[in-house]
Amino acid sequence: MLHHKTFLFLLFAFLHTTVNAELTIRITQGVGKQTPIAVVPFGMSQNLRNAPINIAEIVTNDLMRSGRFAATPTENMLQKPTTGAEVDFDDWSILGVEAVVVGKITKIKNNSYNIQFQLFDIYKGVQLVGYRMPANKRTLRRSAHRIADMIYKELTGIRGVFDTKVAYVKSSVLDESRNYALIISDSDGENEQVILESKDPIMSPTWTPDSRQLAYVSFEGKASSIFMQNLRTGNRRKISELPGINGSPAFSPDGRKLVLTLGGADGNLDIHILDIASRKLKRMTYNRAIDTEATWSPDGKEIYFTSDRGGSPQIYKMAIHEDKAQRVTYEGNYNARPRLSPDGKKLALVHLYRGDYRIAIYDLNEKNLLILSSGAQDESPSFAPNSDTLIYATKIRSNGVLETVTADGLVRQRMAAKSGDIREPVWSPFLKL
Amino acid sequence: MKRFKWLLTGSLIFFMTGCTLYGYPPTSSGGSSSMSEASDIDSSTYGVGMDSDASMDAMADDSLSQELDTIIYFDFDRSELRLEYDDLITAHAARMNTNTLLTVRLEGHADERGSREYNIGLGERRAQTVRRMLLLNGVSPAQITTVSYGEERPFAYGSDEESYQQNRRVEINTVN
Repeated sequence: MLHHKTFLFLLFAFLHTTVNAELTIRITQGVGKQTPIAVVPFGMSQNLRNAPINIAEIVTNDLMRSGRFAATPTENMLQKPTTGAEVDFDDWSILGVEAVVVGKITKIKNNSYNIQFQLFDIYKGVQLVGYRMPANKRTLRRSAHRIADMIYKELTGIRGVFDTKVAYVKSSVLDESRNYALIISDSDGENEQVILESKDPIMSPTWTPDSRQLAYVSFEGKASSIFMQNLRTGNRRKISELPGINGSPAFSPDGRKLVLTLGGADGNLDIHILDIASRKLKRMTYNRAIDTEATWSPDGKEIYFTSDRGGSPQIYKMAIHEDKAQRVTYEGNYNARPRLSPDGKKLALVHLYRGDYRIAIYDLNEKNLLILSSGAQDESPSFAPNSDTLIYATKIRSNGVLETVTADGLVRQRMAAKSGDIREPVWSPFLKL
Repeated sequence: MKRFKWLLTGSLIFFMTGCTLYGYPPTSSGGSSSMSEASDIDSSTYGVGMDSDASMDAMADDSLSQELDTIIYFDFDRSELRLEYDDLITAHAARMNTNTLLTVRLEGHADERGSREYNIGLGERRAQTVRRMLLLNGVSPAQITTVSYGEERPFAYGSDEESYQQNRRVEINTVN
């Protein structure tokens, strides 16, 4: 008798292989294996009356959001150990749980804590991972995400991205006037911080490789210009304000260069590379088409971009030190907004599919296109730094919301609803400790 | 070229006649969305100010601008000018040739479909089309600036064809 989840998985896998012969595969949300895991509420030292945060809850939500885990509800737990010595493997075996996380927060002194956790494999009866980390009130939340990342890596082999950030633009109406804000939040949508507020549109946020700054396009002053802003200090400077369009910025992997789009007085959009230190500009494209939305390959040797030189938008690439571009996408009439996965294997893009603008992944090796999303106005795909998940913007009843999807299309999730119209999400690199 | 001169003269006469209608309340010229969008700081620069103390010269310019539509619409994914706008372009050119101190900012827009930075390009193409037509009609380049907002400043917020059509536009905003 097949477990229904296994059946669904097999059915999905069967469908996946039979249509593999076609170039385009349409994926609807499926279910892969979900590891049953229990994250036991963390214990507290005697001198703590209330837990400063609920670490177990943050870890559980992170793991559940990945779609690869099924967490045991607290009320079903037969025991609530806080150290390895207290874990009764049989109790957890009975529940069908494969992994158990236990932990404890100890208060050292005011605003100084120790967090310890241990991860156990119930079948093998062994500890897989155990760590102790210092924290203060400000870093507690981040510590919880780092714990989730360590558990995730241990159980899936994939580096977790729970301890990362997302930047996005929010458009909202206040007192009948429209406002724009550039916001960063934790990967779970918590901890929103407004980076910039404006009455004029903000576009195309992008992270520096060290995740310390954002560059973005702002229409303050009635024209578009590109700013670079330090996230810790809030200081910013204009790095491009040439006549005409200034748009679509993206940092090179070494952080020294910025690829951008300039329109000039005659409005002919072309790709340029700016050396940030020397302010020297190198022009990359020279044709009359719209060339824009450039992004770097992870090795810093090529740029990929959108061009309609062939009549409609398609993705092209060119080596930094050459002047000839090669077309990359051939399927369908509209392929735009390329973004490479950090491992360099895949290209995320916006693809027009039967009248709908969808997020798709183009496999650079297999040279096939996989459609990941199901909306009509999906846009702005951005890879997580582990190349395993993407975030993008979609519309639900005309309102902009963010969704994540795994690169294989198996798990799609909507991010918690926020007020306002959210667009242009961009995932941070792995954060510095 | 000859036909152009007649058109120009004809339009000039037509609008000069309009000038004698000073005393009329300012008409909110068709589709002046710079007025309806509260966030557009420039709305104050567009054709307001029927100040009875203003000089005749200023009156001539204001009433000219109030007679003219300032929004030009485009077809999906296209930046070519529809034939129906020829006269409007000519009229704007005439106005700007009459007063060479007048400057306009052409704001190009696109509907929401497709990716944002590419849509900046579409909006810019449309603004450039209008700019080129004005230049062809003798307007000095110094009198024109362009900006593209792509899909970032829609006039209509629906996801239907009618909203899309209202968003594929160039707005002619008088700067001074």
